[in-house]
Amino acid sequence: METVKNIFRFYVEGFKNMTWGKNLWLIIFIKVFIMFAILKLFFFSDFLGSQFENDSQKSDYVLEQLTTPNK
Amino acid sequence: MEQFDFTLIDWSRAQFALTALYHWLFVPLTLGITFIIAIMETIYVKTGNPEWKKITKFWMTLFGINFAIGVATGIILEFEFGTNWSNYSWFVGDIFGAPLAIEGIMAFFMESTFIAIMFFGWNKVSKGFHLTATWLTAIGSNLSALWILVANGWMQHPVGMTFNPDTARMEMMNFWEVLFNPNAINKFLHTIYSSYIVAAVFVVGISAWYLLKNREIALAKKSILVASLFGLIFSILTVGTGDESAREMANSQPMKFAAMEGLYYGTDHAPLIAAGVLKDDPIPENKDKKDFFFEIEIPSALSYMAFLDGDAFVPGIHDLVHGNEEQGIMSYYNKIERGKIAKQALTDFKIAKKENNQLAIEKLSAKFNDKEFLDNYFAYFGYSYFEDPHDIIPSVPFSFYSFHIMVMLGGHFLILFTVLLIFLYKEKLHQMRWLLWLTLWTMPLAYVASESGWIIAEMGRQPWVIQDLMPTMTAVSNIDSNSVIITFALFFITFTALLIAEIKIMLKQIHIGPNDGGH
Repeated sequence: METVKNIFRFYVEGFKNMTWGKNLWLIIFIKVFIMFAILKLFFFSDFLGSQFENDSQKSDYVLEQLTTPNK
Repeated sequence: MEQFDFTLIDWSRAQFALTALYHWLFVPLTLGITFIIAIMETIYVKTGNPEWKKITKFWMTLFGINFAIGVATGIILEFEFGTNWSNYSWFVGDIFGAPLAIEGIMAFFMESTFIAIMFFGWNKVSKGFHLTATWLTAIGSNLSALWILVANGWMQHPVGMTFNPDTARMEMMNFWEVLFNPNAINKFLHTIYSSYIVAAVFVVGISAWYLLKNREIALAKKSILVASLFGLIFSILTVGTGDESAREMANSQPMKFAAMEGLYYGTDHAPLIAAGVLKDDPIPENKDKKDFFFEIEIPSALSYMAFLDGDAFVPGIHDLVHGNEEQGIMSYYNKIERGKIAKQALTDFKIAKKENNQLAIEKLSAKFNDKEFLDNYFAYFGYSYFEDPHDIIPSVPFSFYSFHIMVMLGGHFLILFTVLLIFLYKEKLHQMRWLLWLTLWTMPLAYVASESGWIIAEMGRQPWVIQDLMPTMTAVSNIDSNSVIITFALFFITFTALLIAEIKIMLKQIHIGPNDGGH
């Protein structure tokens, strides 16, 4: 338990004592927010996952695509 | 071919290329500079000289900026797999799952843990423990690269798998064969070694700027010493791994090999084009058309590079399209016919499955386990989507120039590191302003060389997303091309903003110099 506390304290103090690094963390958070909360959520759905309920249906669809591609 | 939506295919490819090229602006520096930092910190721990601690912390700061801006840019590529390339993702899911999962876990646990110790651990953990964390950060980031390159190597030379028609998936039969695929091993080593060169050029370039500005002299000279030695060693090793990669390519991707050398007609004693300007992109049937405005040839070198035999026959584009009986080369026409037989078998399986015809299902399933069928027909499955073999030729100018730019710049880096070391040894480097300017302006060229390497790797293998088995056009999802165009624009804006942020923050920190000890 003491080890876990020490590790936690290590990270907290590290972040607290940061100077220029704080700006970088801000960039990381903005970037990750854009990626996951905007791009992934609104533009990058799992195509097969959103169209089919199970793997068997996905297999059949891809099999159809491979044998009679119709774009 | 007419059944494919090439607007969708081209935009999906453009988007993947954009994100991959931007992602690769950040990765090579991380792969290489972590080792340079580890070497510098090792010298500090061994000598106890605080100057080396200051140097280590300065380069660690620049690494931190690059890492922070670049981290997670690769995740975008995985988004694209699921949305734009769902046929491909499903087809290879079983092969890619293991390497990418290992990559994700390793990247997260190793890098996040040890990077934290690198940045937060000064004066909090022992010198030895801190040094271990720095080395493990370097090793961890490079091992992360291993797994994604294993996956890419499999796409270039698929091994260790079998196709299951019931699931429409490639299934892994032998993990070790996938891991130790010669293409993957060469690709991994060539990629990380060349990334070390990018990092070495980055360090000598910034150090040269300090010398030109007459500041941070000790840091600059010490950094040039470490980075030039590091860069020189890995420049030599990159030549070796490039040579191995070329040999592997000549065997498993002969069309890519012919395209990157602009070799339209195969020949024995094939010369290597050291430099040249292509006249145009002639069709391989027109034997009288001249391929080059001018070229500088090294006699028999291409034959030796491909097969370690200066007398060996190297097939050209014409030989691969039309076949060469004398050399035992099957034509693309023949491969298309064989591919169509394989596709018909898969179509029959699909019909049997729909009709629940168990007898036919069993018979066809057995066919997909029959070595004779797999080796002679299914091995050419991807060719079934083409009617004209000329559609299976990659862009020769793209392949030729990206390969030659990469090789020529590689030679430039090797000479530069050598010259820097000579003048550093003679204690005349400070006076050699032309050399310092040249070193500074070599920095962008390192990125050009690194990106060119990926362009030849990925453009040269077109039209395949999986060599001989899946053409790029069948890999895309059946989605609206407008959504791909919109996300292309969004990525372009986001990544350009990130790149500008990186350059601005990096330049500010370089101007401040090493005296600020914070992080």
